[in-house]
Order: sequence, then structure tokens, then C-alpha cells
Amino acid sequence: MKKLILSTAALALTAGVAMADTVRMGTEGAYAPWNFINDAGEVDGFERELGDELCKRAELTCEWVTNEWDSIIPNLVSGNYDTIIAGMSITDERDEVIDFTQPYTPPDPSAYAAMSMDVNVEGAVIAAQTSTIQAAFVAEMGATLVEFATPEETVAAVRSGEADAVLADKSFLDTVVGTDGLVMLERMEQIGGGVGMGVRESDGDLKATFDAAIQSMKDDGSLNELITKWEVASTF
Amino acid sequence: MSCWVTIQDYALRSIGIGERLLPKADFTICQQVTLIGSGMIWNIYFGALALLIGFFIASGLAMGKDARNPFLRKPAEWFIFIFRGSPLFIQFFFAYFLFLKLKQLGYVTWLTSAQAGALVVLILNTAAYSGEIFFGALRSVPRGDMEAADAYGITGWTRFKRITWPTMLRLAWPAYTNEAIFLFHATTLVFFSGFPTWQQRGDALYYANYFADKTFNPFVPYPILAGFFILLTLGVIGLFGVMNKRLNRHLPQERRKRLRVRPNLIR
Amino acid sequence: MFEYCTDPETLDGLRWLSCYLTTGKHINFYWSFVTVLVLLFITAPTALAFGFLGAMSARAQVAPVRWLGQAYISVVRGVPDIAFFLFFVIALDQGFEWMRHQAFCPDWTDPIRQGNDFLVCPDAKLPLSSSPQWVHEVYGFFLAVLTFAIVFGAFAANVMFGAMRAVPRAQMETAEAYGMTHRQTFWRVLVPQMWMYALPGLGNLWMILIKATPLLFLLGVEDIVYWARELGGTINPRFTDYPHGDWRLWYFLALLVFYLAFTRVSEILIERLNKRLRHGQAIVGAGA
Repeated sequence: MKKLILSTAALALTAGVAMADTVRMGTEGAYAPWNFINDAGEVDGFERELGDELCKRAELTCEWVTNEWDSIIPNLVSGNYDTIIAGMSITDERDEVIDFTQPYTPPDPSAYAAMSMDVNVEGAVIAAQTSTIQAAFVAEMGATLVEFATPEETVAAVRSGEADAVLADKSFLDTVVGTDGLVMLERMEQIGGGVGMGVRESDGDLKATFDAAIQSMKDDGSLNELITKWEVASTF
Repeated sequence: MSCWVTIQDYALRSIGIGERLLPKADFTICQQVTLIGSGMIWNIYFGALALLIGFFIASGLAMGKDARNPFLRKPAEWFIFIFRGSPLFIQFFFAYFLFLKLKQLGYVTWLTSAQAGALVVLILNTAAYSGEIFFGALRSVPRGDMEAADAYGITGWTRFKRITWPTMLRLAWPAYTNEAIFLFHATTLVFFSGFPTWQQRGDALYYANYFADKTFNPFVPYPILAGFFILLTLGVIGLFGVMNKRLNRHLPQERRKRLRVRPNLIR
Repeated sequence: MFEYCTDPETLDGLRWLSCYLTTGKHINFYWSFVTVLVLLFITAPTALAFGFLGAMSARAQVAPVRWLGQAYISVVRGVPDIAFFLFFVIALDQGFEWMRHQAFCPDWTDPIRQGNDFLVCPDAKLPLSSSPQWVHEVYGFFLAVLTFAIVFGAFAANVMFGAMRAVPRAQMETAEAYGMTHRQTFWRVLVPQMWMYALPGLGNLWMILIKATPLLFLLGVEDIVYWARELGGTINPRFTDYPHGDWRLWYFLALLVFYLAFTRVSEILIERLNKRLRHGQAIVGAGA
């Protein structure tokens, strides 16, 4: 690692390239309240505010880019942006491929939304978004899993009666229950760890920088304020 | 776990036979090939059935579009226009929406599943495309053939069955082969955007996507998927080539050859 | 946009709609139509160029070149375009960066592949990490155009390959009788005559290209379907001034109209071009 930094520095000197401290932040932009596109057409949400604050503390210039969820990790390791800040739970599988900063939210439980409170989850048809940890969980549990391409469709499936319930992050379901007769079941599932920023494994410096910035926000309580403001999870 | 065991467990996973859970860690090439291959069952199911049923509707549409009677011609024209003029992506969206509404009203409740609903969309889609190809071929049936039929006193339904229709098929065949290839490719859209996947029983792209998502490496599963489709395409070309030979068996040797180089009117 | 839009909650009817339809997000939606159109108009000639090269090499005298051309046509045609789009852009991007790495950083000693990471020297990055966002977007757009062109180039190559063989042998023989060289016959007779035979196939290909644009979001371009989904989805009052339910149907209806109109106009133009090309040719159905 040290060697890499040295050679980078040497190269920067010889080539006379001034490395600007621009960090490109990759997000999805379709996952309110974590990240979404607001009326003005810009990235907004909990992670937008958090990311901007972290960059300010770390004295970095940050640029926001949106990328489709399915290819968000391949594009990071390929170098198209430098961090993933997209409500991504820290899991072992992901951790093998990329590195995570320390979590900036505690684990957010997954919840069920249904049209009535008395759905028996185990014997029911459960909707989930394709290739999410929730989809894997339902498959494991043995309920009838029905997968849709987008979160919007999973909720629509419950409304139309195609599925009995939808399993998704509680913070996401909070934004839909209460409309069209959707209610949240009492049963919750603890799947996945806290949410952290993803960085390339070779990018130790950047990880350390953001780790320090997150720590400072944890210490002065501003992180908890943000979490409460956007209702994304419980506080630390 | 040896590859043979994997094949036993997963070769029929896409239709619900074998292991209930998909592999979750230590993914091997064998697993990827087996499961993606298993998904091909659905691609072949959608493609083959849609072609078979679509073929007959297409013949009807081509005649409708060629008809003098506007009550036959206009509907055929509009049907072909709407299905050829819009992306399959959007057709799936509307179809699923419609089938869901029908289900809520209590009619034909089985159409919301991909196996039935998406098949209907693909049938209508390929019928429109093939209908246009057949219509073009119908227009190019040599006048001399018809005159000869008249001279022999062959008219009406017999003339159509014995002369017009076979000649139309013969002329349309190269383009129709292309349409078949495209249709098989289009089947990958079914679960990708459109219809939900039940119990992780998806098509080849669904499983390729699954592995790409789990291994974070798109460079293995998608090329495997590509390999399967190249094989499928070769199979389709071979099968249609045999049928082409049969359609052209009455022609003199050198004219048979020339037919293959007719500028292809693909999709 | 309009002055009265400052407090959307008080609005109703047409005034609400006029504000709703002019939010920044909607402006992005409208711009994406421009993006898609521009992309189509750049992709078409590029794909044509790929197709021409492919067709030329598929009928080359030198065997390896011929094999290469034929392999390009049959492999790319055999694979569904989605499967291609899902991994090809990243491969293309890495390929470019690798080439630049070899050219610009010969002294670089660290491996490019470190575990899963793909690391080239900072000079070789495309675009440079210091470049502004619009450069990144233009580069992404360029990659999308290139990927589309490679895929549709294979189909175009197939059509042109057929068209070149469809040009009547007699015309070529006449040219040779006049003492034209092989090269001259190719460029002065075969290529100009080929278009008439290629046009129906190429016209269809253009239609397929139009209808493949909903897959653009896989290539990182925010196309019209992406925005239609984004705008049409149910949106909670917490995140917008214009909350609404599931309106995807209306947005997709608008897209349907757009696609139908666009393909219809294309059809008419292609038919006209076809008539012109057939003019004076010695075939059935040619205009006098």
C-alpha cells in the first residue's frame, strides 16, 4: 500500500499532474429517504446531506453521480466513481469484494407491509425486489417469494393482491404505509448489518478519511440529528 | 460438491424441480452454467410456443392487410402498426397492467403469471412482425404463378392453399428466420422488466443476473448466457435452414441458391 | 418555472399541472428525449460504418480477415442485446484504460488487477478524475454509442453482406469488361448498387434501434423510460411538493405515443428513400 502511494506521488511529480481532490460519490437515486431525485432533478435525501457534510469535514470536493443498482459495485471496482453511498448494508459477501467504512446508521430492520394486519408471513406470498437481501431471506424462510424489478412494483403487487405482503427496509416502507390501506406488520426481520460507504479495497486512504469524518459526526451528535431528520433508522 | 451433483440438483431448478435454495456461496463455474442453462428452458418455451402460435395469426394478419375489405384491412394494419411501432418493454408493462386489472375484476385470473401472460404478449408481438413479413412476401408472389393457376382452373381456397400460401412462405422464409432469432432474444425481457419471478424460477437472464449480483463479477455469467444463446441461435438457423430446403425443393438447383441471397427484410 | 408555482399546495387543476410538468425533474425528462434522439442519430452512421467494415471483411480474400468478419457478425447477432449491454460497457471502459495505461505509464510497476480492483495509473483514467462532471457524462454517452454501434453494426454487416451478393453478377462483369480493376469495381459499381438491396433491411434495423433505446439505462444513460418510471412512481409528500399515486400508466402512455409517432415518421421517410433508390433500376416495382 505504501509503495503505491509513493509511486503515485512520484508519478504526479514527474508528470506534473496536479491531483485534484475530487471524490466521485456513486448513488442510486431511487431509494427514498436514503437517496432520491428531488423535484429539481438533483440527488437528495439522507445520504446526500450526510455525504456533503462528510466531504466538508474531510475537506474534499465531492461530485454526485447516479448509477443503476445492479452494476453499482462492478462500476466502483472498475474506477468509475470512488465511493458507494447508496443505503448499502454491510454484508460479508460485499465485504469480500469492496471495503466498507464504519457504519453510519445502525442496522435498519426489514419490515412487512400488507393490506391487513393478520397476514401469516410464513405461509404467505411475499413480494421483494429482485436480488436484494430481503429476496434471499424470503427464499430461505420458505414462504412463496415473488420478485419484481423495482421497489415500486413490489408495493403495487400488494395493493393489487398479487402478493400478501412486501418485505423491504423499514425506512422505505414507512414512506408507503398509511396510503391505500397499507399497514405495517408487527413482525420485523433483522437482516444485514448497518449501512456504510463502500470504497475500493485498494483505497485505504479514502476509507480512513471517511472513517474519521463519520467518527467526528458520531461524536458531536450531528449524525444522530440527520438520522432523526430523515427517519432512516434508529439512532446510535 | 462435484459437478454431476450440481447438475442433478439444479438442471431443472427453473421449473421447480431439484434443490429449493439457490447456491449462496463458493460459486463454481459448473453451478453458473447449470443454472443459466436451466433458465434456458423458459427462453425456449416462450420462443418456440410464441413462434408456433404466432405463425398462424401472422398468416391471418397478412391476408387481412392484403384484403380489399376495409373492415378486415384496417384492424390488421393497426394491430401490426402498434406492435411493430413500440418497444416490447412498454408492451410488457401495459400487458401486465391490463392482466392485473382483469384479475381484480375476476376474469381470466391466470394471465398475471409470466408463463401465460408474457407468452400472450410474445405471441401477439411476433404475429405482428411476421404478419408484416408475410404481407411483403404476399405482395411479391409472381403474377405468372397466379395466372398459371387460373389457366389450370385452380381458384379460390384451393389456389390459396396450393399456390399462394406456399409461395409466400418460400419468399418470406429468410426474413422469418431472422424474426425467429430476434424473438428468442426478446424472451430475455420477460422477467427482466415486465413480469415477476415466482419462487426464483426464472429464465437464463434471471440466473445470470443472480450470479452477477452475488459474485459482483459480470464477466463470467453474462458470457455464459451469451454462449447459450449463440448455441440456440445456431440451432434455430439450422432448423429453419432444413425447412427452407423443404420449401424450395421443387426449384431448379441454381435458383435455390439465389433465394438465400435475397436482401433480407429483417424485423 | 412560473411565478405562481412557489406554493404548490394551494394550486389546483391546470395551474397545478402546469407547475408539476415544469419541475426540474420533468425538464430532465424532456431533455432525455433529446439525448435519445441525438444518440440515435450518432449511433446510426457509426453502426453503418461498423457494418460496412464487417461486411467488407466477411467477404475478404484473406482468410483470417474473413474469419474475423464472419465471427463478428455471427457472435454478436447470436447474443441478445441485453446480455451484451450488461457487461460490455465495463469491459470496453477497462479496455480503453488498459491501453492508455500501456501508452502513458510504462514505468508503472503495480499490478493493474489487485483482487477485484481495476487500477490504472491516474494519467490513464478515462476521463481523468479531475475532469468536471460533464466530461464524465459525455464519455458515458460515447461508450453507450459505441456499444450500440458494435451490436447493431453486426446486424448491419449481415444486411450489407447479403446486399453485396444480391447485386447482379452481370453488372460486375460489365465493369470488368470495361477494364476496371477489382478495387474499382468494388467502389464504383458494387457499393453504389448495393444500397438499393440493403435499404429494406437497414430500414428495419433503424426501427429496431429505436425500440432498443429503453435498454439505454443499462449503459448508464438516463433515457426516457428511466425518467418515466422515476416520475410515474408513487411519491410521498415528504419528498416532493407534488405528491401523487402510481401514475406510471400515463407516463408510459406518453412514451407509447412518442415511439409510435417516431417509428411511423421513420417508416414514411424510408419508403420515400426506397422509391428514390429504386428509380431507374431494372427490377420489378421500380419507378419509371
